[in-house]
Order: sequence, then structure tokens, then C-alpha cells
Amino acid sequence: MIENPMILFPLLILFLPLLSFIIVIFFGNKLPRQGDWVAVGSIVTTFLLACYLFLQMFLNYDPDFSHGASFSWINLGEFKINLGILVDNLTIVMLLIVTLVSSCTHIFSLAYMKGDIRYNRYFAYLGLFTFSMNGIVLADNLISMYMSWELVGVSSYLLIGHWFEKDSAANASKKAFLTNRVGDIGFFIGIMLLYSAVGAFAFNPIFESIAGGQAIAGTTLTIAGLGIFMGAVGKSSQFPLHIWLPDAMEGPTPVSALMHAATMVAAGVYMCVRLFPIFTPSALIVIAYIGAITAILAALIAVSQNDIKKVLAYSTVSQLGFMILAVGTGVYTAAFFHLLTHAMFKANLFYCSGSVIHSMHHALHKAHDHDTDPQDMRNMGGFKDKMPITYFSMLVSTLAIAGVPLFSGFLSKDAILAGTLSFAQHHPEHFLLPFFGFLAAALTAFYMFRLIFMTFHGNPNIKSIVKNIHESPKEMTSPIVLLGSLSFFIFYTLPHNFNPMKDKGWFTDLIVPRNSAVPGSLTSNEIAEYAHHAHYLAMGLSLIVASIGILLAYLMYQKKVISAKNISEKFGFFYDWSLNKFYFDENYNRYLYQPFLRLAHTISWLDWEFYDKYFINGFGKLTKLLSTVSGKFDYSGIDQGFVDGFGRASNTVGKLLRNVQTGRLQNYLLFVVAGILVIIIAQAF
Amino acid sequence: MNSLDSYLFISSMLFCLGLFGVITRRNAIAVLMGVELILNAANINFVAFSKFNGMNLDGHIFALLVIVLAAAEAAVALAIIINIYNNMNTVNIDDVSELKR
Repeated sequence: MIENPMILFPLLILFLPLLSFIIVIFFGNKLPRQGDWVAVGSIVTTFLLACYLFLQMFLNYDPDFSHGASFSWINLGEFKINLGILVDNLTIVMLLIVTLVSSCTHIFSLAYMKGDIRYNRYFAYLGLFTFSMNGIVLADNLISMYMSWELVGVSSYLLIGHWFEKDSAANASKKAFLTNRVGDIGFFIGIMLLYSAVGAFAFNPIFESIAGGQAIAGTTLTIAGLGIFMGAVGKSSQFPLHIWLPDAMEGPTPVSALMHAATMVAAGVYMCVRLFPIFTPSALIVIAYIGAITAILAALIAVSQNDIKKVLAYSTVSQLGFMILAVGTGVYTAAFFHLLTHAMFKANLFYCSGSVIHSMHHALHKAHDHDTDPQDMRNMGGFKDKMPITYFSMLVSTLAIAGVPLFSGFLSKDAILAGTLSFAQHHPEHFLLPFFGFLAAALTAFYMFRLIFMTFHGNPNIKSIVKNIHESPKEMTSPIVLLGSLSFFIFYTLPHNFNPMKDKGWFTDLIVPRNSAVPGSLTSNEIAEYAHHAHYLAMGLSLIVASIGILLAYLMYQKKVISAKNISEKFGFFYDWSLNKFYFDENYNRYLYQPFLRLAHTISWLDWEFYDKYFINGFGKLTKLLSTVSGKFDYSGIDQGFVDGFGRASNTVGKLLRNVQTGRLQNYLLFVVAGILVIIIAQAF
Repeated sequence: MNSLDSYLFISSMLFCLGLFGVITRRNAIAVLMGVELILNAANINFVAFSKFNGMNLDGHIFALLVIVLAAAEAAVALAIIINIYNNMNTVNIDDVSELKR
């Protein structure tokens, strides 16, 4: 057996959720409590194992710490596929994120999903989701990563469509799956390009071969990198494939938390971080612009949304844009750092919104109000004293996402913005990247505080609801408290210094950037050096933009000094665009889906009316004619003439010969005598 | 007339007469008589060959056996004919065609 715990434990982390999936999906109905304890137990076990791994990593404190194991899966002479796992610091941190958020989701769901019609199925799918995400995290080659990648797509489809009786949920799950497929095609093309050039699927041989510069380089490598990045565009919901993520809010809220924080959307960023060495400078420019556009676009949409979960969804898209922007500008460890901090506060924000929605549901139910939307922030307000735990936890996470010092988001966002700024300092033609970055940061602070003020502060908009609002049960508040406290900076700067302004700590010590494998790229040291120079400028700017955003939100939604209504009327055109998400869905519908549908209709018309009618039916008619002729020939020619003819001939001959058989003995005797005479006469001659 | 040929001539004459009787007669008893003639023709052949070709007494013994056989045959055949007559009131073999129907 496997003795090394650094291999055994990751394998357990990988397969325990799968085991729980199998048990709960097949036997969940027969188990007490529909088997939720199996799912929760297994996921908490994986979390503890991940904690152990993390502790080991921490004690070793070795940036080059790495373990791997693989086995030969397919071996067809020249064509070989080895599947295996790769465990290094990056993997361990990611495993910790996934298992932590997944555990919190499981525990949170115990209360949130109580009494759901497909309770056991829900927990089974959560297990499958976690399993597939762990598969991506642990993969040491593109093939097993791609398989897990698709599994993530499937399980997200199942979970978003959990309440598939609702049309909107069923459509959202389909949309998520199909949009992801578009990206996955690019991913697959990228994998195949790399394989055809390098002849290997595992990461390390690919990196080495790219570094050699012989097998694949230049435009081919750029295209391969962009193909692989397309997978991340789909999964991490980047422009222009970002449309599925807000719709995915149709799933249960804990699923949104899991998906937005740790599992699905993080997969794309994780993949980019993992495969960073293959991206060429030109590919990275495209990646950076995609990230920047996504960040600013989603932030612009988020400022006008009224649905609490929609705001969070677009903020996720925007933050993912930040991460992709960081990958594109080369500071990819900052992207991973932001992934880590974002996972904590975004999961917490979703749990808090889930907690708010949950109590809204109860309050509305008590008031017999079935028309008010429980997710619309305009119906909230003044919940601060009713739900103190949720309020404070959400406030902490909001401070983190807004980039306020002393909170985790400040460190990671600052690192990203510093990287972007230094990139623009060295490539002045790309000045838009930091501009978009800082603008998106300001908008983030604005819309997140708008959410806080609208939900928790001010006067209650509907008085009958507020009196029934109360804090959520312990299963829901404990993950909120845990994740909320993880939004403080201290957890990320241990153990070397306690300076909240610096992002130095275990993370930067242990997750060190590797050089890009592409020859001619900047080395990681150079990038870090440049970013270091830009650090204080970036920090100052990000502090300014964050405070501007918060101040603006305070003035508009708390003090109401500036009327939001006036502004929205003044900038009616932009407001309209933002509110309607820049009409992406409508335009996709008009310019992509409808032409496709028309094409499909035309082809189907051709198929039915032309091909089927004339070609297929013509063949049918011809065959019918031929078979009639052949049938005639068979019946009258062969059957009647040949087969029956033999019968008739035998009959006639038999009738003729029958006359000889008189039945008279004497006749027979006469024949015998005649016969003997004939024989004798013949003998004589 | 002590040659073998004369005996064989007589025997063949008898055989032909017997055969003629068997084939032409309609009366069952006459047919039976024809059969007896054929048997006797055979007997004459046995005895003649026995005498002229030095076959000791083998031919004679065969002739005796044939006579015994003929007696048994005649007894059985006559019994059948009497039964036919009792049942059908005729001994004409053309009328006895029950099996053909």
C-alpha cells in the first residue's frame, strides 16, 4: 500500500467525497436522516486531512516541496497516458480552500435545505462536485484535469438545476453547461495542440519541452495557450462567456457559495496558475485584457442590480476578472492569493445572503405574503439589530472585498494592482489595464457597501416583514462566523510579521512564482522586482479608490445626500445598460442563438421536406417497385413453374404408374415371368 | 429315353403347365393345383440331377422334403380357401379384393 501520507492523504481527500456520493445517491433514502451524515462526515474528514497536509507544509516551510505519484492508464505502444497526482504547496492550499468551503457548505445546507424534496440527492451531488474539484486540483496531467473539468461541469449542471421544476432553474443549468462547453472545446484544442507537439500530457514534460523551445514555440504555443485559457474563460466565467454565472444563482444558495468561492469558478483561475509557464507573452496580453474587461464590466453591472444574489454574482465575476488580470500581467501568485482570500470572504458573503434570504422567507411566510421577492434588496433594510451575527460577519467580509486595510482582500487585491501597475509602467501602451483595475476596485467598494446599507441599515422598507426577521439557526451561523473571521489579514501574514500593509507572510514564502517556461519571457524575479517598485503607489491608489467607493455608497444609500434616483435618471442610458447587464443575453440571443436556430430550422426543413421526401421516400418507392417485380417473378416463375411443376410432374408420373399396380397377384406373376424371360433372352445373346 | 434331357424336358413342360395354370385360372383351387405342378417339376429336376450327376441321395432327400412341404402348403392353402368360401361364398380370386378397397 501507499505509505507516504503526502500521497495517501490527498488520495483520500480525492476519493472520500466520491464514496459519499455513491453511498448517498444509491442508499440515501434507506439511511437515517437520508444519509446527510455520510456526506457531512466524509467532507469534514477530508477537511481534517487537508488541515494535516497544511500543517505539514507549514512545518516543512519549503517552497519547493513537491510529491507526485502516477500510474499507467493507457499504454498502446507509442500512445501512453499516465494518470497521477501532484502534491505541492499550491495543491495543498487549494485543497484546504476546497475542503473548508465544501465543509461549510455541507453544514450550512443541513439547515438551509431541511425538508427539501431531494434532500439526499442534493448532498450526493455536493460530494460529486467536491470530488471533481479535488480531481482538478490534484491532477498532474492535462487528461485527468480535463476529465475532472468536465465532471465539474456536470455536477454544477445537476446542482444549479436542483429545483428543476422551476423553468428558470432548468434553463440556468442548461445555460451553464452549454456555455462551459464552448470554453471546453477551446481547452480540448489546446490540450491536443500541446500533445501533438510535445507528445505528453503531464505538466512537467510539457514545461520542459516548452523551455527547450524546440517542440513548440511562437504562434502555435500562443494558440495552444489561448485554447487552454478558453477553458478558464468558460469555467471562471470571463467575458464573453460570463453570462452563465449570474443565472446560476437559480441553484440553492449554499451551492452558489461553493461554486463562487471554491469549486467551479476557482477551477479556471487555478488552472491558469498551474499552467502559467506555458503562456507566451502575447497570450498573456490577451488574458490580461480579458480579465480587465471582465472586472470592469461585471462591476458596472453590479452597481445597479437589486437582487442581493445578483450583486454577489457579478462581484464574483468582477473578482475573477481581477485574478485573470493578475495572471495576464505575470503576477500569478497574486492571482492565487486573491483566489484564496476571495474564497473565504465570497463564500461568507453568500452564506450571509443565504441567511438573510432564509429569514426573509420565514418572515414572508409568517406574514402570508407570497408576492414580495425575498431576494430583492429594496424589500430589506434595518436588519442590523435583528441579525447581528450575520450583519457583523457580512460587514467584515465586505470590508475585505472592498480592499480595506487589516482585512485579507486588501493584501491580495493590492498585490494584483501593484502587478498591473508595474506591468503598465513597463508597457505604457497597456495603460488601460491598471485603469480598469482601479476603477473596478472603486466600483467594488461602492456596490458592496450599497448592498450592506440597503440590507442592514436605514429604515425598514416593509415594516410587517422586519418584526419577523430573526437570526438563523446555529448550523448556518457557525460557518458564517468561521469564514467571517478568516477575512482578517492575520491568517495570511503569519508567521513572519504582523504588518497589515504588507502581503509578506507564509503565503508569499511558500507559494513562490515559477519562471515562465516560454523562452524570452520575464523571469519571476524581474516581475516581482517591478511589482515591488509599484507597491506603494498601488497601495495608495487602491486605498483612495476604496475610500471613494465607500464614501459614495455612504452618501447615496445611508445619508441619502446624493439621490441615487437622480443620478440614474441623469445617466439614464448607462443606467439602463448596467441594469440590463449590457444586454449581453439579448444580443447573444439576437445575433447568436436566433441565427443558429434559423439555420437549424432551415436544415431541418431541408431534411424533412427535401431529403426525406424525395431521397428517402424515392428510395422507398424504388425498392417497392423492384420488390413487386421480384415478387411476381418469385411467385409465378419460381413457385408456380418450378416448385409446383416438380410436384405436378411427380403427380402425373405417379398416376400413370399407378395403373400397373392392379392388386392382382396373377398379373404380378405374369410380370415376373416376363421379366425373367427378358433376362434369359438377354443372357442368351 | 435314359438321358437327362428327357427328364428336364418333362420337368420344364410340367413347370410351364403349372405356371400357365397359376396365371390363367380364376378358381383358387385350380391355382393351387398349378402350384403343385410347379413343385413337382422341381422334384423331377432334383431326382434327375441326383441320378445322372452322381449326387448320391441328396436330390432324393430334397424331393421328399418338397413333398412334405407341398402337403403342408396344400393343407394351409385349402384351409384359407375354405374360410374364404365360407365368408364370401366364392372361390374366384378376382372377387377376393377386400384389401384393395
